[in-house]
Amino acid sequence: MKNFSGKALFLDRSDINTDEIIPAKYLTEITKDALKPHLLEDLKMDGFAVEDIKDKNVVFTRENFGCGSSREHAPWAFEVNGINLVIAENYARIFKQNMFNCGMMAVELSKDDIDNIFDTFKGKDTEVVTDFDNKTFVIKSSGDNLELSFSISEYDNELVKADGWVGYANTNY
Amino acid sequence: MGKTIAEKIFDSHLVDNPSGNINVIKLDAVFCHEITTPVAINDLVSRGMDKVFDPTKIKAVIDHVTPAKDSKTAIQGKILRDWARRHDIKDFFDIGNNGVCHAIFPEKGFVRPGYTIIMGDSHTCTHGAFGAFAAGVGTTDLEVGILKGVCAFHYPESMKIEIKGTLPKGVYSKDIILKIIGEIGVNGATNKVIEFSGNIVDEMTMEARMTLCNMAVEAGATCGICSPDETTVEYLWKFIDKEYSSKEDVLSDFKKFTPDTDAVYTDTITIDVNDLVPQLTYGFKPDHVKAVKEMEGEKVDQVYIGSCTNGRIEDLRVAAEILKGHKIDESVRAIVSPATPAIYSQALEEGIIKIFMDAGYCVTNPTCGACLGMSNGVLAEGEVCASTTNRNFNGRMGKGGMVHLMSPATAAASSITGKITNSTLWEN
Repeated sequence: MKNFSGKALFLDRSDINTDEIIPAKYLTEITKDALKPHLLEDLKMDGFAVEDIKDKNVVFTRENFGCGSSREHAPWAFEVNGINLVIAENYARIFKQNMFNCGMMAVELSKDDIDNIFDTFKGKDTEVVTDFDNKTFVIKSSGDNLELSFSISEYDNELVKADGWVGYANTNY
Repeated sequence: MGKTIAEKIFDSHLVDNPSGNINVIKLDAVFCHEITTPVAINDLVSRGMDKVFDPTKIKAVIDHVTPAKDSKTAIQGKILRDWARRHDIKDFFDIGNNGVCHAIFPEKGFVRPGYTIIMGDSHTCTHGAFGAFAAGVGTTDLEVGILKGVCAFHYPESMKIEIKGTLPKGVYSKDIILKIIGEIGVNGATNKVIEFSGNIVDEMTMEARMTLCNMAVEAGATCGICSPDETTVEYLWKFIDKEYSSKEDVLSDFKKFTPDTDAVYTDTITIDVNDLVPQLTYGFKPDHVKAVKEMEGEKVDQVYIGSCTNGRIEDLRVAAEILKGHKIDESVRAIVSPATPAIYSQALEEGIIKIFMDAGYCVTNPTCGACLGMSNGVLAEGEVCASTTNRNFNGRMGKGGMVHLMSPATAAASSITGKITNSTLWEN
């Protein structure tokens, strides 16, 4: 199973699409590692300030994350940068499925929880400790500490444990 | 309780119900292109599982970058080509015979009512025009589809969009779908199937239905779907005339996949098109939609007619009708990419290609081309493109470029003036 704990990256916008996560011109790459330097490259174009990606492991973002193109290069670009967990209000269907298919997690929290997390932690050095078995996050920065429970479907849980859909399907079908 | 089209398809394809509302369904076809498939192929090889579930149900094409533009894209093409050969995948379309996936596969008769289809491409929802469940997926879903012929989905909830009225002249299915996305938003149909109905859909050609379904994903939908009818039968007849004794028999068979009158929908939306005017997008999201007349006169640098949304023969016919006898403005450059060799050939025969060339268009080979800025037609920073494609994301057609999505009629009219312009067909 992959690592779901570590330092947090805050992407404070809704409707971030997979072209912004990894632009189409890099889809000619046939290794995941080649995507590493280009994660979130086009998100910066609007003047959106992307925090330093280096050493980050968990992404917090808003609504409809990963909309647009079906490219699995988007989860891969996160994976090769050490990010296996995204926490958002909701996702585009294909992106969410791609995350779990890769044994990664796209977790949904309520709008209130997401608002609260951004209000409390955005701009601060923040760490997330994920307890997969008990389905809890501890989010902490100097001075603040928030414990939250989360849920994923039973099926998504199995995909994470099987490290993705290929492993699961090969065993079951 | 009655069922929607998608529910009927799922119920006839169920393989497993691993938990909750997850359905693993059997696939009737797996479509592949050279951008998302090579990584799946390489992964299967590295796992020692380089097999395909059924070579007759796999269809493959090189369409995004063709002919190859550099060593990397040449390698992507080679991986797909070598794989198709070693697994005896007969329906593989390479240079000379290739076209945009969502145009060429239906044109070859590979999509039938009631089918389940996946492809590593978000615009796979196009094929719902035939009453099929067709969904874009990532590379891992594609990989399992290739290997096992199955895919997992949530049991589908459907939203019904009824399109009614009389469509004004010069207004097309592209204008309708832009209007719908503008109203329901980019996540207005997330995790849902959009079932299109109403007299306007009934009156549409298969090409117009494909344009409609093509952009369902821009509202977040898993698939856009139309009920199969006489139009569907007519389109498919040449591929199935040996399987059935008459068109009536086909129709009664296809009716298995029409929705029940008491089917349950999450929402029902009615769109009246009587007063609909040509639409376009103005921003970086497909739901940034307004009337063309609200932006008339805004300068464009490039016009692009083509793609899986609007590169079909009737799109080229409409554009040619407007362009005939005109030249594009000297301030603009214009590109047309017929979506398949058959469309290109038909357009040549009808004199359409000559009209485009006389007007000053660059006519390219069938390819996804400028749509996602991967091969040709890339914009420079600060440039604007009037485009018949489906996505206007920031950077989509080139870093710093702006794409306005619109119908082929509006794009053609805009190429003549070099500015956003309503087509003469609409004014009359």
